[in-house]
Amino acid sequence: MSHALVIDDLKKSFGPAEVIRGVNLRVEKGEVHAVIGPNGAGKSTFFNLVSGAFAPTSGEVRLHGQRIDGLAPEKIQQRGLARSFQVSNVFGNLSVFENLRCACFKQSAAGYTFWRPAGSVKRANRRAEEVLAMIGLAELRDSPAGALPYASQRALEIGMTIAGEADVVLLDEPTAGMSNTETTQAIELIRQVAEGRTLMIVEHDMGVVFELADRISVLVYGEIIATGTPEAIRNDPRVKEAYLGEEAA
Amino acid sequence: MSLRVSPWRALAPWLISLLVLLVIPMLVSGNGTFSIINLIAINIVFALSYNMLLGQGGMLSFGHAVFFGLGAYGAIHGMNLIGDAGYDGQGFWAHFPVYLLPLVGFATGALAALLVGWPFCRRAGTAFAMITLGLGELVAAGSQMFPTVFGGEAGVFSNRMVGPVWFGLELAQPADVYWFSAFWVLLAVFAMWAFTRTPLGRLSNAVRDNAERLQFIGYPPRNLRFLVFIAAGGFAGLGGGMAAVNYEIVTPESLGLLTSGLALLMAAVGGLGVFYGPIVGAILVTVMNSLLSDYTDASILYVGLVFLAVVMFAPSGLGGGIEQVRQAWRRGDLAAHLPGWLGGALAVVLIALGLVGTIELVYQLSHGRDKLAQVLGLQPDPSSPLVWLGVVALFAAGFGVARASKNYREARS
Repeated sequence: MSHALVIDDLKKSFGPAEVIRGVNLRVEKGEVHAVIGPNGAGKSTFFNLVSGAFAPTSGEVRLHGQRIDGLAPEKIQQRGLARSFQVSNVFGNLSVFENLRCACFKQSAAGYTFWRPAGSVKRANRRAEEVLAMIGLAELRDSPAGALPYASQRALEIGMTIAGEADVVLLDEPTAGMSNTETTQAIELIRQVAEGRTLMIVEHDMGVVFELADRISVLVYGEIIATGTPEAIRNDPRVKEAYLGEEAA
Repeated sequence: MSLRVSPWRALAPWLISLLVLLVIPMLVSGNGTFSIINLIAINIVFALSYNMLLGQGGMLSFGHAVFFGLGAYGAIHGMNLIGDAGYDGQGFWAHFPVYLLPLVGFATGALAALLVGWPFCRRAGTAFAMITLGLGELVAAGSQMFPTVFGGEAGVFSNRMVGPVWFGLELAQPADVYWFSAFWVLLAVFAMWAFTRTPLGRLSNAVRDNAERLQFIGYPPRNLRFLVFIAAGGFAGLGGGMAAVNYEIVTPESLGLLTSGLALLMAAVGGLGVFYGPIVGAILVTVMNSLLSDYTDASILYVGLVFLAVVMFAPSGLGGGIEQVRQAWRRGDLAAHLPGWLGGALAVVLIALGLVGTIELVYQLSHGRDKLAQVLGLQPDPSSPLVWLGVVALFAAGFGVARASKNYREARS
């Protein structure tokens, strides 16, 4: 089976309001799949359903063929799907390194241990060092995460997401609020993250999307109206009407 | 790498603590002093165990005394079992030295936390605070219904001069109990410090900072809170066990809200964000509680004022202040900061003197002369405007210095 994620007829209602209205989506192993759509289309809700923050009203989500819909976030993480957050969501009083190491404990099977120091959990420490170097924050290793500059915090956010060795990674607007230079760096980092992993990414910056994505899905009013290569999406009249046209106007 | 501290640097605080504990009995004498020191040891363990919850796990508890008290009851019943077993010299308890009773306290506290904690740990914040408040009141009130276990109003008595004695370590005088307290306080502090360095300790900080994110790195917050809750309950129980041996009596008061409040007070005054903060707080609050009442009838008011002052002006506590100075010293810019900080401290002293003056004058008007004035040999006359003017001058000077040093600090930063 070559699909990392298979989503079938996924629905979510909040009271009478149906926000996700039957999403069908297949994310292939190893691809970078972008989900775009106008504000209020339900992109964040969609991510929250897949990552377990919310339970879907109905429908199915399969990760490598196994049902994960309705599972708690920590269970989904343990099965190899990790996500980042739109608003930086780190452990503010812990150091950068400690943030990363905490994100590695689960896969080192060390989290509930109180009979040995954290420094002796070799696998978690090694992995945290690797990720620290990869996200380029080695200089800030001992700074409290809450005091980092914005772009560094975003990088840490991505670092924590991949630290747990997940092979399917969801990134929620990784470049939101960044300057051009910062965005260029972030794209470079996401490229590295994508190596050997499946990526699903929600992004507003079309430049970023067309640069990174192998395929794009367009979510409008809780439904996917088109999925295809960047070229196909760029030329799709429905997409132009619903989304891109709106921006061009 | 900055995390690689030399082993001597890491060991130094422990060696110094050990040295202090060894030197204390050479410097002090008298049962009264040893009693206070023993109480300080108990309160250090209690305050640090409380900070496992609040400072490190982000759980504000108003019922921590339940585990302290139950640990104390567990230990005192253990002591009675040792005493009873002494008649025929048979069985487990006949071979159990009183010295190890804090372990019984630990087990009792941890077991109690294990039994009741799971439903509490679903949420932190207000829900947790309210539930623990309820638990505290429930257990304190419920204890009256089981006089065979809790001894009714009078509590449970025992005698620590029973059972086997190891290495000649008798527990007759408070000075003997000192070695018992020193041993257990050092062991417990080390264990709680070591806990903060483990993966579980680090994740308990993570659940404090951001419970939501914790789920997405693979941990349900509730499990972590629960484990921390059990550990904190155990160490509170250990402190309770020390108290049982020290006093040879445990009363239901030890389970109640006042005792829980004491833990919060000590931890907050000392500082929640620094590991040794609650130790500083426990020493200060215990000394104030024990000594101040010898000098003034308004002692409780003064303890309350210290708490207020810390919460308002130094929210990171005394430990936080010490840490600030230490870090400035390590950075090498202490000289630049020190005048501002000393100015702030001087302002606090001046305002405190003004407050003490006001309180003593008011006290004199309503109750007659307080002991403090007698001790200091002062004979202020509340009817004289000059005295009140002096108090106002103290306040004015205090506020002036506060203002000036604040400006200084702001100009520097």
